[in-house]
Amino acid sequence: MEQNHTEHVDHFDPVASKIGMWLFIFTEILLFGGLFIVYSVYRYKHPVEFHLAHQELDVTIGLINTIILLVSSMTVAMSITALQTGNKKLTLIFIAVTILLALVFLVNKYFEWGAKIHHDIYPGSEFLMSLSKGDMLFFGLYFFMTGLHAIHIIVGVALLGVVFAKVKNGSVNQNRFSLLENGGLYWHLVDLIWIFLFPLFYLIH
Amino acid sequence: MSEHKNHISSYKSHIVVLLSLIMLTILTVTITSVHLGPFNTAAAMLIASVKAAIVLLYFMHLKFDEKIYRFMVTLVLAIYAVVIIITFFDYLYR
Repeated sequence: MEQNHTEHVDHFDPVASKIGMWLFIFTEILLFGGLFIVYSVYRYKHPVEFHLAHQELDVTIGLINTIILLVSSMTVAMSITALQTGNKKLTLIFIAVTILLALVFLVNKYFEWGAKIHHDIYPGSEFLMSLSKGDMLFFGLYFFMTGLHAIHIIVGVALLGVVFAKVKNGSVNQNRFSLLENGGLYWHLVDLIWIFLFPLFYLIH
Repeated sequence: MSEHKNHISSYKSHIVVLLSLIMLTILTVTITSVHLGPFNTAAAMLIASVKAAIVLLYFMHLKFDEKIYRFMVTLVLAIYAVVIIITFFDYLYR
């Protein structure tokens, strides 16, 4: 029996796997952190253009998307509570709701970007090239940073989809929920980044 | 192993956290719609930082998990803060 045991060593270590997830999150924080510094420096150099350009953005859509992300952050946190208390069905429902909210966020983003592009505002457009340097920088950063954030949302949806399947087949369960916890951490990170993107792009004066 | 240390957040606490985050969001929108000059950005960033702290502590569970995670996050945020300060000293005084 003892020999058998050594052959099937279980390398499950929830603390280490969470440390790994946090290390990855730090690289993401520094990636977006660098972009926030770029934004701050350009805004410091072109205050008037940044102020005028930001008025093109729709605060209402931004606010709705903020609330969608905050609610989805709560549902993913609740799915962890549900799994820890052994309610598999509720866990699946909460993960599904989170994915659904993420898709609603992306649809909103699609319409928001669509309206901008319809008004000939996109990186490299003739209209944007005719504007001042500050406007170009503002919209360049707007498309790049919200775009990079949207890619993170898509990755988050894929990740939560995997977690959903694994909870369903039982390999992620009440005793081994690290994957759900780490998927949740990634989702909260996406929310965390948006918490700063929203005021900087939509609300600045 | 350390089964007793596994803190399970209640549904109620999640709802309280969400409501406080939404209230802070609405507060930011209201504050920035009033003209306060440079204080607008300062207020918006301050509230965003409070919201980020709430997400980190409660949703990301730093308040209840092993201290090692909290230590790591604090260290990284401190490094980031130093980078911001150095960058701005450069741009303000060049």
